[in-house]
Amino acid sequence: MNEFRAMTHPRTNSRRRVTTGSRLPVASPARRNRPRLHLIRWVGLGLFGFWVLVAIFGPMLAPHPMSAFVSDEIYGGASTANLLGTDYMGRDMLSRILTGARYTVGLAIIAALLSSLIGAGFGMLTVLLPRWIEECIRRVFDTLISIPSKMMALVMVSAFGTSIPLLILAAVLSYAPGAFRIAHSMATNLATLEYVQVARTRGEGKLYIAAFEIMPNMIQSVLTDMGMRFVFIVLLLSGMSFLGLGVQPPAADLGSLVRENIGGLSQGALAVIAPALAIGTLTIGANLLIDSLSTSRGSQKE
Amino acid sequence: MQGESLTVRNLEICATPLGGEEHSIVNNIGFTLAPGEVMALIGESGSGKTTIALAMLGYARRGCRIAGGSVRLGETEILELNAVQTRRLRGHRVAYIAQSAAAAFNPSRSLMDQVIEGALIHGVMDRHSAQQKAVQLFRELALPEPERIGMRYPHQVSGGQLQRIMAAMALITDPALVILDEPTTALDVTTQIDVLRAFKKVMRERGTTAIYVSHDLAVVAQMADQVLVLKGGQEQEQGRIAQILEQPAHEYTRSLLAAARPDAHLSPPETARGDELLRIDDLQVGYGQRDRNGHPDKVVLDHIQLRIDRGQALGVIGESGSGKSTLARTVAGLVAPSRGAVQFNRRELSPTLRGRTSEQFRRIQMVFQSADNALNPAHSVRRLLNRPLETYFSLDRNVRRCRVEELMDLVKLPHTLLDRKPGELSGGQKQRVNLARALAAEPDLILCDEVTSALDTVVGAAILELLVELRRELGVAYLFISHDISTVRSLCDDVMVLYQGECVESGRCEEVLTRPQHNYTRKLIGSVPELRQGWLETCQWSTQTEASAPLV
Repeated sequence: MNEFRAMTHPRTNSRRRVTTGSRLPVASPARRNRPRLHLIRWVGLGLFGFWVLVAIFGPMLAPHPMSAFVSDEIYGGASTANLLGTDYMGRDMLSRILTGARYTVGLAIIAALLSSLIGAGFGMLTVLLPRWIEECIRRVFDTLISIPSKMMALVMVSAFGTSIPLLILAAVLSYAPGAFRIAHSMATNLATLEYVQVARTRGEGKLYIAAFEIMPNMIQSVLTDMGMRFVFIVLLLSGMSFLGLGVQPPAADLGSLVRENIGGLSQGALAVIAPALAIGTLTIGANLLIDSLSTSRGSQKE
Repeated sequence: MQGESLTVRNLEICATPLGGEEHSIVNNIGFTLAPGEVMALIGESGSGKTTIALAMLGYARRGCRIAGGSVRLGETEILELNAVQTRRLRGHRVAYIAQSAAAAFNPSRSLMDQVIEGALIHGVMDRHSAQQKAVQLFRELALPEPERIGMRYPHQVSGGQLQRIMAAMALITDPALVILDEPTTALDVTTQIDVLRAFKKVMRERGTTAIYVSHDLAVVAQMADQVLVLKGGQEQEQGRIAQILEQPAHEYTRSLLAAARPDAHLSPPETARGDELLRIDDLQVGYGQRDRNGHPDKVVLDHIQLRIDRGQALGVIGESGSGKSTLARTVAGLVAPSRGAVQFNRRELSPTLRGRTSEQFRRIQMVFQSADNALNPAHSVRRLLNRPLETYFSLDRNVRRCRVEELMDLVKLPHTLLDRKPGELSGGQKQRVNLARALAAEPDLILCDEVTSALDTVVGAAILELLVELRRELGVAYLFISHDISTVRSLCDDVMVLYQGECVESGRCEEVLTRPQHNYTRKLIGSVPELRQGWLETCQWSTQTEASAPLV
């Protein structure tokens, strides 16, 4: 090490300088700069990417049709014919998960996109609207926030019966207000900045200011927030399906797969463990990915 | 005498940017101070002043490392101490006074608790004697009600008082060395003079050795015995203060001296006066709820009367809180006045943005103080300059591109910067882009809100030069807001002095500034430090009488 230094700094006292430096326990900058989060990011990306791919290509790869009875054995263990065993009616579990993942992932992505779009859109626009309109919109969202998300979904399903658009609507109503709150507080801070005032004194319209002056400076945080909402929505939809109020048979999402095979729990059947693990890996993957993305953004700012 | 000698030799500090290679930011710095002497570190921002000053505490900021050299205070070699010994040193033998006292105090604890905290932590004295000592220091620092001010909280005293209380906090343990990091930069000139006076008195009486970090040569001239001029972490010149002021040897020192007083070599251009452009009659602006008569809760500006002719420049000076910026914002339409009217080009301007025409928007442009906030960090320079062209003129793409390049030439920026984002520009470059954007609209009137005050003196002087030149070439009119009298003198024909929201004096610039009639104007002019030693002792102005008055 010292030799290396002496070579790169061909000054006579270079060896001494190393020893006369401060002896305080300073975190060596080289160590500080080493990217620590890469492993977490790759694990998160791997898990999440895997489930997105399953959602897209799963049905094509499934060895059997979803509702085909392939075996006489119920709650069968893993075998070469049925890699993840069979369910309570002797259907192939692998095929059912490969097909069902599309509902869970797809619905959650659509609902997360919609909640963020609505929440962030209103959050930005309200800052620029007259005060009384802003107050009205804020009160509406605050009211929605005060209703527990699962309760609201249950009430809506029991009132109108379950359907996929209704599930999306329930998820959006539950999670858009949170997105609105976060976007609104960020936009409030951004709107007082001088570049927004410059745009106002230039005579720019509200839409231009929202879309081109405010939006680019908060998009990162909005995306992080959307990822978090995706996880919540997966859990909400799985919970609904587990209660039997989500996606209805013959279609099945991961939550309903857990529920219909719950009878096998006492036998430790693969049919109940596999979809539960699927939900777990999907949400954990998404969480890790969001965490690592938001942390790396934080360290860039320093 | 309690100060100790300080010897710094071959100090080298390295920094490692995120993901980058380690490189040295401070190189081969050395100086010697006898006990009780004051050394000033002077230079533009990024020259390593604060980094060197912090190294005297054995401290390097995050990402930095003291790579070599020696700092010897009395008999102690600071850089060889271990963590425990360093902790004993800091706040005890070496104390630090930061630039912004408002940010350095904990708002939830009383001032006395914070002032004596250092003494209690280091076990120098017990609580009772520490409090007595603090009161004595408050008295020496000429703080009002020294017995009771310690019971207040940081938000209950003014900025200048807080800065002096911070000095008391630093001096309570009788340190051998005090580091003052731009202690008066954030203060008004009228407040600065008292703080400087108080600092000088206590430091002289105690014989404290001190490092004074500043970018203002005139302030340094009052405080320091020796000066070290820095640029880019390298020593440019070192010597006694008198020698530096009178016979600067280095080119850079000379440019600093020239930039400190721009009015010495810059003067407003001779321009023919045109028609009336802006006229304000009996203007009142306020914030908060309005009562039945339309009178606002808190009046910020009252009875304002002014007139700017085409091509003319009006300077508005006053201390912070005098309503200078509110005046510009009212003309820009960001704040609606509660009484009075603004006439532009002999037509009444709508009080809010809503009622103004695109033509009016174009002809009045505002340039904000901080280019960091005034330029959207997400847009490239090209985009920033293009937008006003798109909004105000219907030009085709090629004409627009030429015009953008013309604007860059006008503010003397290379075209290669066009595709950069504001974050990749220096402070001076950002301010030039900020100006270019205003010029893109081909305005008749530019509202300049403290455009040079966030910049280093040399960079600020260059911007000022540019403003004078633009006036001569384009004939734009300025409403130039500043707290710095010399910048106003070098750019403006007329001047208006604001004090607590009212105009106390106005008229031709040379007349008002050389023969001020109003007492406040005289004080404002008299408080600007002069570039000579001993000015502080001869200066008669003080805010003592007002400082003890109840705070608003």
